[in-house]
Amino acid sequence: MAMTDGRPRTRREARRALGPYGRIQQAVNELDDRVGIAKGGRVLLDKIFPDHWSFMLGEVALYSFVVLVATGIFLTLYYVPSSSIVVYHGVYKPLDGMKMSGAYESTVNLSFAVRAGLLMRQMHHWAADVFVGSIVVHMARIFFTGAFRKPRELNWTIGITLLILAILNGFIGYSLPDDLISGTGIRIAYSILLSIPFVGSYLAFFLFGGPYPGTIILERFYIVHVLILPLIIIGLIGAHLGLLVRQKHTQFPGHGRTEHNVVGSPLFPQFAAKTTGFMLMVTGVLGVLGGYAQINPIWQFGPYQPPKISYAVQPDWYMGFLDGALRIMPSWQWTGWGHTIPWEVFLPAVVFPGLVFNICLMWPALERRFTKDYEMHNLLDRPRDRPKRTAAGAAMIGLLFTVFAASSTDVLANYFQVSLNEVLWFFRVAVVVVPIVTGLVTWKVCVEMQHVPGAVKRKRAMVVSRTAEGEYVAVPAPERPGDEHHELEPEPVPVRIELEPETVGASGTASTGEPGVRRVVRG
Amino acid sequence: MSEHEDAPAPGDVEVLGAAGGAPAGGGPGTGDGHDPEAVRLPAAPADDPHLQEAARHPRRVEGIVGLSFLIGIAGVCAFGGAYVESAGTQVYAATLFIGLFFLGFGLTAWGKYLMPRGPFVEERHPMESSARDRQAMAAALVERTGIVVRRRKVLGGLLVTGLGCFGIVAAFPLLRSLGPKPGSSLFKTNWKKGSLLVDINGKPVHRTDMQVGGLLTVFPKGKQSTTTAQAVDQTVLIRVQSTTLVTMKGRGDWAPDGYVAYSKVCTHLGCPVGLYEQELELLVCPCHQSMFNVRDGAFPVFGPAPRPLPQLPIYFDSTGFLRARRGFDQPVGPGFWERTTIGNGKASAT
Repeated sequence: MAMTDGRPRTRREARRALGPYGRIQQAVNELDDRVGIAKGGRVLLDKIFPDHWSFMLGEVALYSFVVLVATGIFLTLYYVPSSSIVVYHGVYKPLDGMKMSGAYESTVNLSFAVRAGLLMRQMHHWAADVFVGSIVVHMARIFFTGAFRKPRELNWTIGITLLILAILNGFIGYSLPDDLISGTGIRIAYSILLSIPFVGSYLAFFLFGGPYPGTIILERFYIVHVLILPLIIIGLIGAHLGLLVRQKHTQFPGHGRTEHNVVGSPLFPQFAAKTTGFMLMVTGVLGVLGGYAQINPIWQFGPYQPPKISYAVQPDWYMGFLDGALRIMPSWQWTGWGHTIPWEVFLPAVVFPGLVFNICLMWPALERRFTKDYEMHNLLDRPRDRPKRTAAGAAMIGLLFTVFAASSTDVLANYFQVSLNEVLWFFRVAVVVVPIVTGLVTWKVCVEMQHVPGAVKRKRAMVVSRTAEGEYVAVPAPERPGDEHHELEPEPVPVRIELEPETVGASGTASTGEPGVRRVVRG
Repeated sequence: MSEHEDAPAPGDVEVLGAAGGAPAGGGPGTGDGHDPEAVRLPAAPADDPHLQEAARHPRRVEGIVGLSFLIGIAGVCAFGGAYVESAGTQVYAATLFIGLFFLGFGLTAWGKYLMPRGPFVEERHPMESSARDRQAMAAALVERTGIVVRRRKVLGGLLVTGLGCFGIVAAFPLLRSLGPKPGSSLFKTNWKKGSLLVDINGKPVHRTDMQVGGLLTVFPKGKQSTTTAQAVDQTVLIRVQSTTLVTMKGRGDWAPDGYVAYSKVCTHLGCPVGLYEQELELLVCPCHQSMFNVRDGAFPVFGPAPRPLPQLPIYFDSTGFLRARRGFDQPVGPGFWERTTIGNGKASAT
């Protein structure tokens, strides 16, 4: 766009001088002069996102996190992390005159006295539950399709770390209101720290600033919950997405899809429109949950007092696997030489989650070692084609689901009117049997499915009808337009819109005679 | 600039966000004299059998998207109105949902059905550098470090020592200032010889106050209202039929008139053992269902708790009020490394 003579004299001339893309071109030029965004920005806009629905699970997690940050900022404006005791005289009359911590008082106040405060608090809580849940489901998709394989092991590791941090921050956030149930949760966390051999009592005292409960734990939890962990989470999400852009997406095998390309929709505008719309929908759904599905009604639990407790105490769902493991663990403490190792706590609450998360972290390396597969993989596996991996994943899910279910032994015993002892032993057996059976059955199903002829292909429907004589006949459903193409996908087309080279000639497309502005479609 | 005379006007050159109906190659908005294939990403024609049903009727989709946006706008405005009017949580939630969900739905449908569908393909370019570049990187690391280490061994050593020392020196006070050392504080409660048993309001317990089957949470007088003290001192006082009480060796005078006092802190994870199953005379922890036999030294009979609840020896003073003979003979609550083996005895025959 060299200027041939001086500055343009009229606005029309000035506009022409910018070329066919007008103001946008000007903005791009100004930015590109300073930070050089044109080339990389163009590549980013062209980034292809596969259209398969399962790629949406991570988006649910991302947008729940956006909602968490937005509602969380609102909550920080009203929440006070104070352990000092006050007497409540607020709008919620049943608590009037009760002694409680400043934290509990401010949480009740922001629920009832702040406009839309309850909505924000419940949205925040629901968003946290959905955040962890969608991470888990997203992780399962990555696992069962083998998306964690080289070159994406690092991103798998970041993802697991994000899951751990999400669970941790969820627990800490749940503790902040200082109600009767969350206070009991903090008590349990303190006792779990105590159970660690050699250093447990030191860790517990350093975290709580002295013996339980002390006066500083809420302030510490608060800054960890609203600043330290969110910063780490945001940084890791940035790295997670940065690696995703750098390494490009995986994709399922299909027509025109190879290890060396990605087929789908470009970031701009198709994916941007779909994902922005999806973010709005996720936020809307979390809004409905926050307004209509009551969660953590702390005013019913009452303020925390150490000697008090309520029946059927249960944590948020993502802590359930720890609670269940603690419940079904036999009382195996070890004592000797003047020391105690509380295995009954240390094994289920420290060693067990440590093992689970470490197996997850190390899985890509383990799989590489066992399969001797050191290749790059950009095409995904179908779970049935990797029976052993799928079986291992199913067994792990079976194990975690069993211990999760075991966190409601008392409720189950009450509901089914059986003795708590029977429920306990049921789960002690199930925690061994369920993973083994799940793994074996999954492996068998995968192997069988591989041998079903034509399992890949979609079959034409059959219509079963009864004749006047009462005979049933099955006839193929009428053909729909395009049925014959059903398994085929259209030929993917390159996304790049190449500008014609400045030197006219080679491309062979019609030229308007303006170097550099005429576009051709295929690169 | 006259050579730009026949450049398309800005309005015509939207490349990807083309006018609605773009997937329909011959749809509206393409009859502007340009070759549409040249300005737009190639898109499937409207009768392409691969297109989903909705994409073949862009007009209908446009209508749905437009309607969705209108509902969304109404919802967002209603949310604002509800907020101004303080209309209540459910109204905020409903209007917020309608606003955001329908805006999002419209936008998603727009992106899915009204924009060129492709599918588009992008080549992957290998991320790795050439073997030579890799070697150059490794060489730079090794050779330059080598120069430093070989020629300036002492300086390098000093630097590493200094930084290492700082790391250690910084870590200790940082950790150390977080809290006091546990010392003996996990072994102590505020129960002392002669402590008067009082309830949470400070009222002492007279020998006539409780019936058989009664239960009360007690604290040493003067410590009943601070949470840190409550957390370790909380003790459950139960009156049982004194004839059924199993008296353990050395505890003959710990439970006058069937009054027994046990630490209320569960030996599993420290929850208050807050449920009393009166008929079976079991104390039950609601957290993980450990059960302790009140008649027999509060030994655990069920659940994950590994030890009995420590028993507080109590007596009636001359005025008939309950007092502690002395403190607990062992740490209360869950186990920890420094805990000694005291209190791990076997349950006596029941």
